[in-house]
Amino acid sequence: MTWVKANADRLVELTWQHLWLSVVPVVIGFLLALPLGWWASRYHRFRAPALTLGGVLYSLPSLPLLVIIPGIIGTSFLDPINVAITLTLYAVALLVRTVADAFGQVSAEVLDAASASGYSRWQRAFGVELPLAGPAMLAGIRVASVSTVSLVTVGALIGVSNLGSLFTEGFQRYFTTEIIVGMVLVVSLALVLDGCWVLVGRMLLPWARGRTA
Amino acid sequence: MIEYRSVGKTYGDGTTAVEDFSLVIPSRSTTVLVGSSGCGKTTLLRMVNRMVDATAGQVLIDDVDVATREPVALRRSIGYVMQQAGLLPHRTVIDNVATPLRLARVSRGEARKRALEALERVGLDAGLARRYPGQLSGGQQQRVGVARGLVADPNILLMDEPFGAVDPIVRADLQHQMVELQQELGKTIVFVTHDIEEAFLLGDQVVILRKGGIVSQVGTPAEILASPADDFVRSFVGLDKGHRKLRIEEVEGQQVVVDEQGRATGVLAP
Repeated sequence: MTWVKANADRLVELTWQHLWLSVVPVVIGFLLALPLGWWASRYHRFRAPALTLGGVLYSLPSLPLLVIIPGIIGTSFLDPINVAITLTLYAVALLVRTVADAFGQVSAEVLDAASASGYSRWQRAFGVELPLAGPAMLAGIRVASVSTVSLVTVGALIGVSNLGSLFTEGFQRYFTTEIIVGMVLVVSLALVLDGCWVLVGRMLLPWARGRTA
Repeated sequence: MIEYRSVGKTYGDGTTAVEDFSLVIPSRSTTVLVGSSGCGKTTLLRMVNRMVDATAGQVLIDDVDVATREPVALRRSIGYVMQQAGLLPHRTVIDNVATPLRLARVSRGEARKRALEALERVGLDAGLARRYPGQLSGGQQQRVGVARGLVADPNILLMDEPFGAVDPIVRADLQHQMVELQQELGKTIVFVTHDIEEAFLLGDQVVILRKGGIVSQVGTPAEILASPADDFVRSFVGLDKGHRKLRIEEVEGQQVVVDEQGRATGVLAP
């Protein structure tokens, strides 16, 4: 506890760093996965390639990726952007399938009824398909969010500071308190973010309460 | 007036849903297409608003070929009520009903006002307006579906087995309300069902279909009962089962109507 008090400022700073490294990739990843997943669900011959690509992307080990990306886009090794890009790729990989499945499970009868009422193609895509795919997509975002929070810690290995830095330092100094505090903060952050997504869902998808997600 | 001229529908895989169908549907009356599943009745209905495009022949509304109309605009000008109501689960009841108006760019306030009127017309309490379809009973959902079909005051209303999925008591209730609504509104209604009782109850003109959209008989319910065209029609309308063959017996000074088995079905009005 004394250690926590003495290092409070740094812990807060690391938490903020960790927070944006977790949220930004999930949000951008979702925005990229949305059109890809919609496309994959709509045009069946793109489904298999898109989902396979996602699977391959997700299977790439994160550490080498963190080392390769600066070489490709010309950033410095310590730039947090590298971590953000890597995690965005993972988020896309994870979410393309979810988004494709989410659009796939929208009831064909409801879509038919919408067309018969005079929805144009685009009105139907945004006014009916997107919201009805919402609950399943939200469930996927929650998984991606939790997994991203834990993946961010890998960034500490290449020197991008976040709550994972508490693990690396703790191991180097055989200082258990620091590791435990790090773990508690990471888990708490994951839970808080998850709670935020649930709230976002309640706001945007009020009709889905008590159904899915 | 809706007119089918030698209409056919063959799908890409070679299956033929409708072979060669011609019919005139007079304005301001109810025409019921009735037949077993697979007779092409839903396909024929959906040709009117171009949910299905005919592969042969023409469908005309007031002498204009629907093929020349833009499908989205055409659908907005025609009411459509389907089985299972087809409501949007993520929109409240009132927003579901207001949908056709909103698509026609009516302002939100005006659309909601007219949607409330439509709900009232189909006998739904305004208190249900803020609920989601999933919170309503099947019969209530179906009423919402009818309200949505009527809200934009279209001349034509297409109804695809709208009361098929509700229990018999609610169905009878909905059918009678439909009769009353039609007396009041006088729409051109095309109604699809597999239930001959429903067809006779609602139809001014009844079209009995066989597989492939082949017309067995067209006429008023009375004409069909009086002179069924063939054995298929006779059996389809139940003339071979006895409950349609009624006779009168004198009981305690009253004329009682009984069927072939002697079961009483009513008394003759003096």
